[in-house]
Amino acid sequence: MVSNEVAYNSKIEGEVIVTKADAVVNWIRKHSVWPMPMGLACCAIELMASAASRYDISRFGMEVMRFSPRQSDCMIVAGTVTYKMAEVVRRIYDQMGDPKWVVAMGACASTGGMYRSYAVMQGVDNIVPVDVYVSGCPPRPEALLDAMMKLQDKIGNEPSTSRLLQARNTSMV
Amino acid sequence: MIDKDFIEDLLKKHPYSNVKHQNDCLTLSCPAQQIIDLTTELRDQQTFDLLVDLTAVDQGEAVENRFMVVIHLYSCIHHDYIRIHSDCTDNESPEFPSIHSVYPAANWHEREAFDMFGIVFTGHPNLKRILMWDEYPYFPLRKEFPLAGIDVPLPADDVVEVTQASVEPAPMMGGPFVSSGQGFMSDAEPRAKDESWTEKKEKPV
Repeated sequence: MVSNEVAYNSKIEGEVIVTKADAVVNWIRKHSVWPMPMGLACCAIELMASAASRYDISRFGMEVMRFSPRQSDCMIVAGTVTYKMAEVVRRIYDQMGDPKWVVAMGACASTGGMYRSYAVMQGVDNIVPVDVYVSGCPPRPEALLDAMMKLQDKIGNEPSTSRLLQARNTSMV
Repeated sequence: MIDKDFIEDLLKKHPYSNVKHQNDCLTLSCPAQQIIDLTTELRDQQTFDLLVDLTAVDQGEAVENRFMVVIHLYSCIHHDYIRIHSDCTDNESPEFPSIHSVYPAANWHEREAFDMFGIVFTGHPNLKRILMWDEYPYFPLRKEFPLAGIDVPLPADDVVEVTQASVEPAPMMGGPFVSSGQGFMSDAEPRAKDESWTEKKEKPV
């Protein structure tokens, strides 16, 4: 008898699934991104819109906005970062547990936007590492959702296991 | 309420003040030393019970008294505005009597004027910066201060250590948008103005 089964067969393989550790870890991580809404200006209004029912960010598994950095792993910098606020943004970023990602939402957070002035930091990437930049002033909720899905793709391709082992080795030293 | 009699009466009581103009609302000039006297009178006798705004103007170094404090008052009973212009005498370290005792609302306005222009409001209960951080060494709305800003270290040492970030002059290319205010509307449209060095124009040494 010729088997035409190419997929998982529970009778033969039992309750065992063979995969890569990276794939499992990334799969878990990317489907439960808990964003930290760093709302600093009008972009935060669009961020709220994308969390509300019409655009519904929860379709992609990232609706759990947490206002505590300890409970979140993706900081969405939504708005103008002034030099006075930069210190606070960095401190909140430092307080987030690893692994963590940053989305620069809108022109101001990405480059300083229309504020070419003594008071505004010209891009939040001066103080925190940014994973995804979103254009727009402010970006529409669709643009933010697209950015978050791009971030999910990025999380899906990370070498998570080797990083975890590396972190364990360095912490043991 | 603000008519000829009112103005005559007010000027008779306060001979140090003058009518500057009456284009939009009555604008008085008043020496800095008498500002408490004038505002108290306007509040208690003339029903100007609301401080709408307190701000300052830097008229440039060419003007004899460079810094002018502007106060807007409103009468909630007669629905009238009044404006007071008052010069700070010292151009190097300008001082002005705080009107916080007359209008408590002036507290934050005076802090802002201090923050932006460096005008010290004597008698203010809590005169510290309100917009920029406490250690900031300049007064940004003074005429000699460039819009792009000046190199300054960030206030948090530990953040600077990790990020090497500092306050840098903003590139002016592509913004900010200003109107020339002259010519046809198509010429007067707000557009980018190069005020400083850009990617194309080298930073002047």
